Amino acid sequence: MQYFVQQLVNGLTLGSIYGLIAIGYTMVYGIIGMINFAHGDIFMVGAFTALIVFLILAAAFGSVPIVVALLVMMIVAMLLTSLYNWTIEKVAYRPLRGSFRLAPLITAIGMSIALSNFVQVTQGPRNKPIPPMVSQVYNIGGISISLKQIIIVVVTAVLLALFWYLVNRTALGRAQRACEQDRKMAALLGIDVDRTISITFIMGAALAAVAGTLFLMYYGVVSFSDGFVPGVKAFTAAVLGGIGSLPGAVLGGLLIGFIESMWSAYFSIDYKDVAAFSILAIVLIFLPSGILGRPEVEKV
Amino acid sequence: MAGAPLLDIKGVHTYYGNIRALNGVNVSVNEGEIVALIGANGAGKSTLMMTVFGAPRARTGTITFAGTDITQMPTHEIARLRIAQSPEGRRIFPRMTVMENLQMGASLDNLKYYDEDVEKVFTLFPRLKERINQRGGTLSGGEQQMLSIGRALMARPKLLLLDEPSLGLAPLIVKQIFDAIRELNRTQGLTVFLVEQNAFGALKLATRGYVMVNGNVTMSGTGKDLLANPEVRAAYLEGGHH
Ligand SMILES: Nc1ncnc2c1ncn2[C@@H]1O[C@H](COP(=O)(O)OP(=O)(O)OP(=O)(O)O)[C@@H](O)[C@H]1O
Ligand SMILES: [Mg+2]
Repeated sequence: MQYFVQQLVNGLTLGSIYGLIAIGYTMVYGIIGMINFAHGDIFMVGAFTALIVFLILAAAFGSVPIVVALLVMMIVAMLLTSLYNWTIEKVAYRPLRGSFRLAPLITAIGMSIALSNFVQVTQGPRNKPIPPMVSQVYNIGGISISLKQIIIVVVTAVLLALFWYLVNRTALGRAQRACEQDRKMAALLGIDVDRTISITFIMGAALAAVAGTLFLMYYGVVSFSDGFVPGVKAFTAAVLGGIGSLPGAVLGGLLIGFIESMWSAYFSIDYKDVAAFSILAIVLIFLPSGILGRPEVEKV
Repeated sequence: MAGAPLLDIKGVHTYYGNIRALNGVNVSVNEGEIVALIGANGAGKSTLMMTVFGAPRARTGTITFAGTDITQMPTHEIARLRIAQSPEGRRIFPRMTVMENLQMGASLDNLKYYDEDVEKVFTLFPRLKERINQRGGTLSGGEQQMLSIGRALMARPKLLLLDEPSLGLAPLIVKQIFDAIRELNRTQGLTVFLVEQNAFGALKLATRGYVMVNGNVTMSGTGKDLLANPEVRAAYLEGGHH
């Protein structure tokens, strides 16, 4: 039982990170009906930015209070990563809007490769480690919970609450949902659709950057290829939850996190990534609209 | 700009791919008028309404609104000049509540006049008030029609485009809507350009009317004249409900 609860805690941690990434997939899909395959690499760029900021902070100030370091890392990563995603949308996706359906998808795969190659060339191909930032571990009734895990879950929860408010209670969120449901009508009401789409990419990137920072803190290492596997898992989470659905992305993220930690604990840690890929295949076959998704896929 | 029409459509050709839907249309709407556009199915009426917003864009010709050339202006900027439309198919946001749909209508002013204006819409369509928290997609056809018109009014338009406002509504509601249009026109000077299948009602309501056939305007005149015109009567009025 203790072991099981321990896995739940681990799963919740992983699931938080996947959920944050999954939102970016699902929002972009919701608004322009496209799978942004470069989103995993946007997450990786976020993690790398956080790493560089950490190294600069460490070099400049020696030891920095952990809260300050994390905050600065997150904010810089959010800003820079948003800029990347904003640029990618503007340069690579927007000109193809209204083109045949596969065109933006192929471009997104191209952007994914370009981003990971860019980081490989500029940062080198090896794993980049950082010294452990947070190492406290608490023992609660035989279950060990690390401070890292607490930070991840709390940051995720706060961010999701803010994000929920933004989407459901502000003019910007309303405009986003309007564009998602009927872009042409939104424009007839004076909504700048292109700008709204840009903001969506920025929001998705900002969440992915936070996920990247948390990922770096959790594992203490990042490499140029780290966009791929977490990216696919988060994409699976988005599909499992129902692509286009924001609560679905969070739910899917948590489920994938739980499945992964249970799988590693009870079956085989070597094959933990296989679990996510298998789920993706199974969901696509048997439950294509996901748990909270809408069955109709056609766009107006 | 005295004397110039509020909306002036000149020589507009619009295509869907290679298919021509509008073939050199000339239509003007003066400030304070109610102008009706009638014509058979597929004549190009809805296309004209949407071409005013640049969606689809006119391939040739010009469209001016209050003296500004809007032919190439982005759709949302055209809307910001205070042209509102209740388009064909109503286009209610299906997963937004009635309130959110109305709020979307008031986006131009950031909801500044929302409370005041929404009361006016509720006076016009009390049903919407009862349904305020219902999702747009679950409303009945008639309720959606009311919401679509209400949403357009929330934008405080100078020019209101209505594409078949009476479609799918019970005769009593149609009468209410036509009365409401007349009232808004009379008391607030709202300029209205409407497309109608209900030619009789529309021409009776309208200051002037246009008849469209196959992407061309073939006739125009005052509502009264068109109503009396034997060709119009034969094509659009006989057999209809009077
Ligand atoms: N998106 C589109 N793609 C291709 N052709 C279109 C499109 N929309 C309309 N058309 C064609 O353009 C012509 C004019 O259509 P439009 O909708 O403007 O007619 P309408 O006068 O509004 O008809 P109705 O009274 O049935 O609403 C029709 O022949 C129609 O088939
Ligand atoms: Mg029509």
